[in-house]
Amino acid sequence: MDFFLSRYRNLTVLLIVIVAQLLLIAYQVKSNRDVPLIRVWAVTAVTPVEQGLELVRRYTWGFVEDYFVLLGVRSQNDKLQHENGQLKIENHYLKSELATADRAQALSVFQAHSPSKTVAARVIGNGTGANSKVVFIDRGSTSGIESGMAVVTPDGIVGKVVDAYPMASLVMLVTDPTFAAGVISQKNRVRGTLKGLGQTKCLVDYAQNEEKVDEGEWFYTSGDDRIFPRGFPVGQVTSVHNGKTFKEIYLVPSGMQGGVEEVLIMLQGVHLQIPDSETATPGYKILQAPTEATGQIPQPTGQPSVLATDADRLREQYKQSGEAQHKAFGEGFVAPDFTKIPGVRAATPAPPPNATQPTPSPNRDRQEAQRKPESTAPATAQPVTSSATSPNAATPPKPKPRPTAPILVTDPTDADPDAVPLPAPKTDKPAKPPGGGAPPSRPPSANQ
Amino acid sequence: MSEYTERLLTGPSRKDKSERLRVIWLIIIPLIAILFQVYVPRFVPFLSYLELPLLITVHFALGRRGPISSVFYGMSIGLVQDSLSHQPIGMFGIVKTLVGYFAASVSQRFDVENPIVTFILSFFFYFFHQFFYWVLARALLGEAMIFDAQQTLLFGLLNAAVALPLFHILDKLKVAA
Repeated sequence: MDFFLSRYRNLTVLLIVIVAQLLLIAYQVKSNRDVPLIRVWAVTAVTPVEQGLELVRRYTWGFVEDYFVLLGVRSQNDKLQHENGQLKIENHYLKSELATADRAQALSVFQAHSPSKTVAARVIGNGTGANSKVVFIDRGSTSGIESGMAVVTPDGIVGKVVDAYPMASLVMLVTDPTFAAGVISQKNRVRGTLKGLGQTKCLVDYAQNEEKVDEGEWFYTSGDDRIFPRGFPVGQVTSVHNGKTFKEIYLVPSGMQGGVEEVLIMLQGVHLQIPDSETATPGYKILQAPTEATGQIPQPTGQPSVLATDADRLREQYKQSGEAQHKAFGEGFVAPDFTKIPGVRAATPAPPPNATQPTPSPNRDRQEAQRKPESTAPATAQPVTSSATSPNAATPPKPKPRPTAPILVTDPTDADPDAVPLPAPKTDKPAKPPGGGAPPSRPPSANQ
Repeated sequence: MSEYTERLLTGPSRKDKSERLRVIWLIIIPLIAILFQVYVPRFVPFLSYLELPLLITVHFALGRRGPISSVFYGMSIGLVQDSLSHQPIGMFGIVKTLVGYFAASVSQRFDVENPIVTFILSFFFYFFHQFFYWVLARALLGEAMIFDAQQTLLFGLLNAAVALPLFHILDKLKVAA
């Protein structure tokens, strides 16, 4: 045995090792159990090294990767900048196209809704001269363009045609130093002459220092120059100063804002109404006029309509009631039965027979006094075409209904629980002035 | 028997040179080989064919020419490999034990410093390793593993090709005993 082991020692060791491992495998397979000790040792020995390797690899590879990435950043940056430039150009082009489309649409809408007969044109070039503000448009005498025609946009006036050629026309812009047009302010109807200054702003001249013009106020064409129809927006006041003789009113022409590219030439202008606006800061507050009530104040038939005020009507009402009770007011000591006065319980007086007629009242008188400059000044300049050609002016102006609310107002439910409460009063909305291109004005105020 | 053949069989053995790897290298090198096998194929899957622990075992056996030490060295590397695998412990151990024993036995008869012999032995032991592992898996574990002989031969050639420079590098680490 010893001879065998010594002679075949290597083989014996091999067999022992093999058999031992076979038994180990057999044990694992048979018992379906692992040998965790060996695995734990091996994993414990290997995994820390793996973690270290992974850490080194991550940072090393990340550095190398960043290096190679940075190598391509420059070329990529150049490429992106080039692409960005192209996109900017394309974006600018698309924005320009979109703005052109918007302007064209606004122009067509304005042209469709404007009562004036217009021709659309496009600015094709500027005139020569350093200080001159003239442009050429692509419509000429073959399109019916003549010298002196007004050139407008939906935002306001632009200029006037100074020369009409067969295929083009020369338009003097409102900013030209030689340009002039009659204008009127929106609030106080201050009249003046618009003059170009060769700059972006224009001057409204010949407005008295005593006139009231506020900053931000709109000026409209007055129609006095027989070029621009009345009621077209001119611009908004940016600064107002008192001059030696006249006010120095500067405004920015609204039709020139954003550049002039598409315009309308007025072949036949129609006057428009200037949008109403409240009077300029009267210094005291005017309360809103009473609205028209649905109730009726009983009026005796045959009574002449000489009752100028509500107090007169109330006095007359009491007088009639006293006569019905055979009592005379102011005589004797027996007072009439006021509960039998009609209108006290009903509290919904019927309108007087002459309700459609304007009835003067102190409040109205005061308002009329304030609106006097407005109503008197443009009377002379009121064009005939406004009522003759404008569809809005075809119907006569509707008289403003006068308030007919009861004077003696008590709560009807106090006297009679079954009484019906007063209905909600109706309000008259002022008619919207024509002129689709007018700038937004303030909401109707109390004295309109 | 030609002179070349006779020199292959009776050439000077490495044992006579008394050059051996330090003990620390005997531990670090197999660990590096196993780490390489479990870590590098994550990023370079093609390198999974490289059986560095086997080549290390062959190199150790061919250099030591001691069957018993080679048996234990191969067994140790094989058991560590088994520990990091999902198979029962002992599969790689048995295979590498046999590889170590046979490699050490062959080294006693051949001049294993010849590159051709090294190449052939590396190729042969790789094929033997894969084949015997397949046999054990089928016989002991009953697993229906597929043995692709053509692929194994190709990978054997690649491993043999890698073995030549690898053995050369490992020989550089040897010091005089």
